[in-house]
Amino acid sequence: MNASSEPVLSVEDLSVRIAGLHILQGVSFEVAPTGVTVLLGRNGVGKTTTLRAIVGLTPRGGEVRGSVRMGARSLLARPTHRLVRDGLGYVPEDRCVFAALTVAENLRLAERRGVTPAYDKVFALFPELERRGRQRAGSLSGGQQQMLAIGRVLLNDNRLLLVDEPTKGLAPKVVTEVAEVLERVAESVPVLLVEQNLAVVRRLATDAVVLSAGQVAWTGDARELLLETALTKSLLGVGSGSGEVHA
Amino acid sequence: MNTVVLLTLTGLGLAALYFLVASGLSLVFGLADVLNFAHGLFLGVGAYATWWASGNLPGAGPDGFGFVLAVVFGVLAGSFVAVLVELVLIRPLYSRTIEQVLVTVGLSLAGVALLQATWGADPRPFPRPDWSRDVTSVLGAQVPNAGLLLIVAAVVVLGALLAFLRWTRYGLIIRAGVENREMVTALGIDVRKAFTLVFAIGGAAAALAGALGGVYFGTVSPGQGGSLLIFAFIVVVIGGMGSVVGSAYAAVAVGLLQQFVNYYGTSGLGDLCVVGLLAVVLLLRPQGLAGKVAHA
Repeated sequence: MNASSEPVLSVEDLSVRIAGLHILQGVSFEVAPTGVTVLLGRNGVGKTTTLRAIVGLTPRGGEVRGSVRMGARSLLARPTHRLVRDGLGYVPEDRCVFAALTVAENLRLAERRGVTPAYDKVFALFPELERRGRQRAGSLSGGQQQMLAIGRVLLNDNRLLLVDEPTKGLAPKVVTEVAEVLERVAESVPVLLVEQNLAVVRRLATDAVVLSAGQVAWTGDARELLLETALTKSLLGVGSGSGEVHA
Repeated sequence: MNTVVLLTLTGLGLAALYFLVASGLSLVFGLADVLNFAHGLFLGVGAYATWWASGNLPGAGPDGFGFVLAVVFGVLAGSFVAVLVELVLIRPLYSRTIEQVLVTVGLSLAGVALLQATWGADPRPFPRPDWSRDVTSVLGAQVPNAGLLLIVAAVVVLGALLAFLRWTRYGLIIRAGVENREMVTALGIDVRKAFTLVFAIGGAAAALAGALGGVYFGTVSPGQGGSLLIFAFIVVVIGGMGSVVGSAYAAVAVGLLQQFVNYYGTSGLGDLCVVGLLAVVLLLRPQGLAGKVAHA
């Protein structure tokens, strides 16, 4: 294996138990150093739990076993803020912008000492964030909040982005916008994406990992998966032709 | 008219005392989810440290600059103890609510016992500047200067806290952390440093309440913090956890209500009314006047 195809992230035998529920049962997969690896599966199968375990946000009392490595570094047991500083960008489900803070304050929060924040890059991707700097993030539309949640992570350099359901609850036109932005972002940084919208998946995904009942049911080339109608139907409960929204 | 002015200003003096205790409690709870029953101890430490300093610390005394120095010493002592408590006792117990409550309740009991063992259970006369015993005539009412001092101090602390929250990096982290602590860490920020800072600030404000409360009441006694803490908790709940402005409004409401009802009704009825107000707020607006609003 040459250096360029080394995975940016390796998850091995990851198990998560929360409140007695064995949510992940030995999940193993790798994230390619380029492109978008999409994490698929039916609702409640453990996609969000996987991302949160990687970034160290398993709820207190939850039990995490196995190994997660980014390059040579083992991630589990390191506190979240250190992982993020090491280049693991996390865009959570439901965006989680700080509603009471302004857009500018939300962005300022992501600035780090000794690092020049890449405002040029972020404002080039999301000109609206610059215009709406003084607006409270809570009064933004869902799409704008999503742009803010992605934008604040891009202020710093990342080795890998974890993005959890970025198009959830958004209007069709906005879904397309978010997909476009992620496509541009993915040109420079690898992404591990959880996404339910198959049209978005089709547009972005290069590799796919399908979870089923807390385990990996399928991994491989995303296009291959989407071409197999029977496969997508059995794994995801939908036909690949029925992408809810065209992105 | 004179009575109304007097009751208003003494009520505001009481409100100032509540606010100084409640603002720290509220920030600590809002940011770190810690219900700190030991907060009254910081007040006691501030009061006793000020009292001690004015008799023993070179340069400090009951008057003029010496008085300022004694109060500064008391505030620093309260802040120091608060930081110590956070680092040693609270930090290992984050997210373990029951243990936290036990530790802080135990600490407040032990702290009061320690103060009692060292300086006795009886109230000690508090060294205070002569001018603080005088009254100032406001719209015909003779208002005690110590009460006015408390009001001025609370307004200054309120202004300073708001400026800190609004304009500084740590203020930004605290405001964000009150809303969603987890997401603050997910942006690469070690939020625990902000916890320690909030304890330091809250401890300082409570210690200031202890020192100026000593001036106001004229005495200092080990149990003072505990009785104030109950009303401070009520203020925090009414104002909304994590909101400094909410605490200020709630403190004013509680202080005035208590003062007026205790005067025009029977003594003690005001305290009861405050609990009634708490019940009404909890029923109508469970998140408090300015508290975190759960967003879908």
